[in-house]
Amino acid sequence: MTKKLTIDGKEITARDDATIIQAAHEAGIAIPHYCYHPKLSIAGNCRMCLVELEGRPKLEISCNTPVADNMVVCTNSPRVIEGRRGVLEFLLINHPLDCPICDQAGECGLQDYYMQYGLYHSRFQEEKVHGRKVVDFGPDVIFDSERCILCTRCVRFCTEISKTNELGIFERSDTAQIATFPGKQLDNPYAGNTVDICPVGALTSKDFRFKIRVWFLQETKSVCPGCARGCNINIHHHNGQVYRLKPRQNDEVNESWICDAGRFSYKLINDNRVLHPQIQQDGRLQQASWPAALQHAVEAIQRHGGAAVGLVVAPQGTNEDSYLLARLASEVLMTSHVVLYPGAPGEEDDLLMRADKNPNTRGAHDMGLPAPAPAAQLAAMAQAIDQGTIKVLYAIGVDLVAAFGAEAVRRWATQLDCLIVQTSNIVPGCERAHVLLPSATYAERDGTFTNFQGHIQRINAAFAPRGEALPAWQIYTRLARGLGQDWTYASAEGVLHDIAAAVPRYEGLSYAKIGDFGCSVTHES
Amino acid sequence: MQPLTFWQKLYLPEILRGMAVTTRHFVVNLLWQRHTVTQQYPEEPTYVSERYRGRHRLMRKEDGAPRCTSCMLCATSCPALCIHIQAGEHPDPTIEKYPISFTIDELRCVFCGLCVEACPCDAIRMDTGVFALAAYKRENFLYPRNLLLGDDLPTDIAEGKAPNH
Repeated sequence: MTKKLTIDGKEITARDDATIIQAAHEAGIAIPHYCYHPKLSIAGNCRMCLVELEGRPKLEISCNTPVADNMVVCTNSPRVIEGRRGVLEFLLINHPLDCPICDQAGECGLQDYYMQYGLYHSRFQEEKVHGRKVVDFGPDVIFDSERCILCTRCVRFCTEISKTNELGIFERSDTAQIATFPGKQLDNPYAGNTVDICPVGALTSKDFRFKIRVWFLQETKSVCPGCARGCNINIHHHNGQVYRLKPRQNDEVNESWICDAGRFSYKLINDNRVLHPQIQQDGRLQQASWPAALQHAVEAIQRHGGAAVGLVVAPQGTNEDSYLLARLASEVLMTSHVVLYPGAPGEEDDLLMRADKNPNTRGAHDMGLPAPAPAAQLAAMAQAIDQGTIKVLYAIGVDLVAAFGAEAVRRWATQLDCLIVQTSNIVPGCERAHVLLPSATYAERDGTFTNFQGHIQRINAAFAPRGEALPAWQIYTRLARGLGQDWTYASAEGVLHDIAAAVPRYEGLSYAKIGDFGCSVTHES
Repeated sequence: MQPLTFWQKLYLPEILRGMAVTTRHFVVNLLWQRHTVTQQYPEEPTYVSERYRGRHRLMRKEDGAPRCTSCMLCATSCPALCIHIQAGEHPDPTIEKYPISFTIDELRCVFCGLCVEACPCDAIRMDTGVFALAAYKRENFLYPRNLLLGDDLPTDIAEGKAPNH
């Protein structure tokens, strides 16, 4: 069932249960709002979304008025503009004029709408009501009650989405303020989202506060690599440094949210990186060129034959990486010792977090790598190394100490002819590598992840890789060329082109088709 | 080219006239030095107008703390990207943030004065009158917070009475 109405002279067909603001936004007509959020219940308290309805005496809020047939709505008549200005003036009465030192400045709803609809001179002569400043709400959230406009988005988030009920409104009138209930902290695993949805500078993130002004930041669309959910994110970065991750709305995957573990995973991009290829010489790792490091690995592989190469890989790589690695294992090395090691399962809940803490376990399997390894498979590989069947171990993104134990890794450092470790960050055990290869993080390259639902999504390079790091697909291509193959991939897109031709259920895929919000691979099978 | 007149063709009279001008200036400058246009810089300080944009300085509040709130508006307006501020949480909850470090790369600076215009609390000024910046190392041109506040400078330089070269 749909309803037909007119907004600003435009004929619009809306869902039966839509409100005016939803119908308008779907039709591309912007209506200013603070308390309304598409993923939260309707509060109707900010009064910013006033519109004029034909035949009704007063302006009405569009967020809580359902559409009706033959309704005629006007969002920009002089009455509406005057009403909005009045509402804004009331909201700003006690608001401090501290934009230059407020972290929200530059992405603040009050600033934006003041410039669009306000632009009045202050008529307020009286002393402003002062509130509490720098209130510690929890591990990551700081609250400033003077800046708060009491839209209750954060309260509704904690009631409806995280269902943890830490926040409420206390007192009344101009002393009303958001606070945590006595003895409670805003420490749920999704608490960071309250900062994202706060339309003003009342809630700020301790992690991001004062690091950089937001207008310096650039945005790159990406996908969180923290678990198998693959929440859509925007990477906010400046000069090759990531400052924060913000969730990006994708109703099929993460709606508008992201968990705090994912939110802070960006630190791995900035810190503790392996920057250069290194070769073990004179008892320690020494910096080497890419050709020298790869030559070292290729010689070891050629000495023993591909069948003596063991591959242990974490499902952290993109589909492009996994596809080339699967080809490298089956066509070039022709080894049967391939283990997909997903690491220990983590926390899971029924909102977003998945126990599988890898972004691409499903995609890696689809690309031809084996299913995630049970403990027995890992033990079999360890046995093969100890027996000498495997002479060269190529570990990709794997924490070897967690997988095999520190004792085994120490033993293998002498037992193996060549231990090749490819990783973006310094991980336990990587100091024992004979050849250490730096790979690019997800923020530094293009590619696709397939999440646990079979939803394939794009990641985009935000900036060039740190140091001499390379995307994994490039390392595999160079390695294959070193082993006598004629692989000529020049971009991740080129690899996807081959995937689209070769992998079942990925037929006909292209980056253009995947787009910003991804597409489902299972539905097309 | 115009043809020379007879008088000019005589050559010597014009030469002598020129020599007379030179000699007059020589004698006047020798006897009455205040007429000289040459400035005895650097032995004598040169005149710097009040609105001259020289080396930056940071201002202080009444309690001695830097006035700067690290809002980064100067860094934002800077066309040479030479201002680097690191903001930090202030122990006093009524003060939002303060500059842990405030560095100006005077070698990159183009002395346009946009930072002074942008500052909402008059924390940065370019009224020192100092234009002759010199150092033996590039790093020494990265003026840190204490130098800009005038902490480590000899008094006459801090007050802009002498060029610091």
